[in-house]
Amino acid sequence: MNWGSWQNFLHMGGYGLYIWGSYAVTLIVLVAEIVALVARRRGVIERLEKYYLARRSNNETKA
Amino acid sequence: MTQSRKFSWFVFSSPQSFYPLAGAMQPWFAALAFVLCAVGLYISFFVAPTDAQQGESYRIIFIHVPAAWMSMFLYLVMGFWSGVGLVLNTRLSSMVATALAPTGALFTFVALWTGALWGKPTWGTWWVWDARLTSELILLFLYIGFMALQAAIDDQRRADKAGAVLALVGVINIPIIYFSVQWWSTLHQGASVSMKSAPTMAATMLLGMLIMALGFWMYSIAATLARVRCVILERERHTDWVALEIGKQA
Repeated sequence: MNWGSWQNFLHMGGYGLYIWGSYAVTLIVLVAEIVALVARRRGVIERLEKYYLARRSNNETKA
Repeated sequence: MTQSRKFSWFVFSSPQSFYPLAGAMQPWFAALAFVLCAVGLYISFFVAPTDAQQGESYRIIFIHVPAAWMSMFLYLVMGFWSGVGLVLNTRLSSMVATALAPTGALFTFVALWTGALWGKPTWGTWWVWDARLTSELILLFLYIGFMALQAAIDDQRRADKAGAVLALVGVINIPIIYFSVQWWSTLHQGASVSMKSAPTMAATMLLGMLIMALGFWMYSIAATLARVRCVILERERHTDWVALEIGKQA
């Protein structure tokens, strides 16, 4: 498939809005999931660090 | 005692041994997903010819059909692990089911969205309440319902059980989606690929679609593994090994 020019490629035979609307939203959703997963892992590790710190200091005061 | 010394695959049913395994596998699936999607996109836009009937609009097929397949397949996998968790009471099975739901919901949304953008130029409408579209929308609600139900119950074991029952009841919707185009009259076209007959599309179109489907599949595995690792850390935080693992991260 040879599109000839960028204009033709973006125009997609008149269906550009539908095709790029599909591909762009799919890409955005997938990237959003990846970002959310990275953030979730950071969040979990941060929260658990605090949790163990609190638990340790609790044990120390008990002892 | 000799039994326990022998290597068994069941060793990976413990969250503690699955956590590092998932971490080791995850980057490979992510890399495979990236390569397959890159090759698939290249074929979709630069190799596959223009469709005789639909012109260029058909190029939505390369994400629409793989996303729709994944939306149904991931639900079946989620139902399977929910069932295993319900019957065998294995914690990891329930964690995997929990980790699958958001990615499944995501692909269901993508299937619906790309379907609407394909329907407008070819059918003249974004949406119709026919069997295929409605049952796919119900699938999205099933995923969201599963996540909401699990999030609403504090007791983890009860959340797992309630979610598993919902997931298993919802499995009935999958054959309804799949066969809806045969059982009811609908705007939606029949299956382009079937086991019984030769595909009704050009070879390069089919190839692009299958490679994109493989790419989405590998992506789903990578995302699920990454998420299940988070779920394992959260749920197993009372164990010594998670405390050690977090210590290593700090």
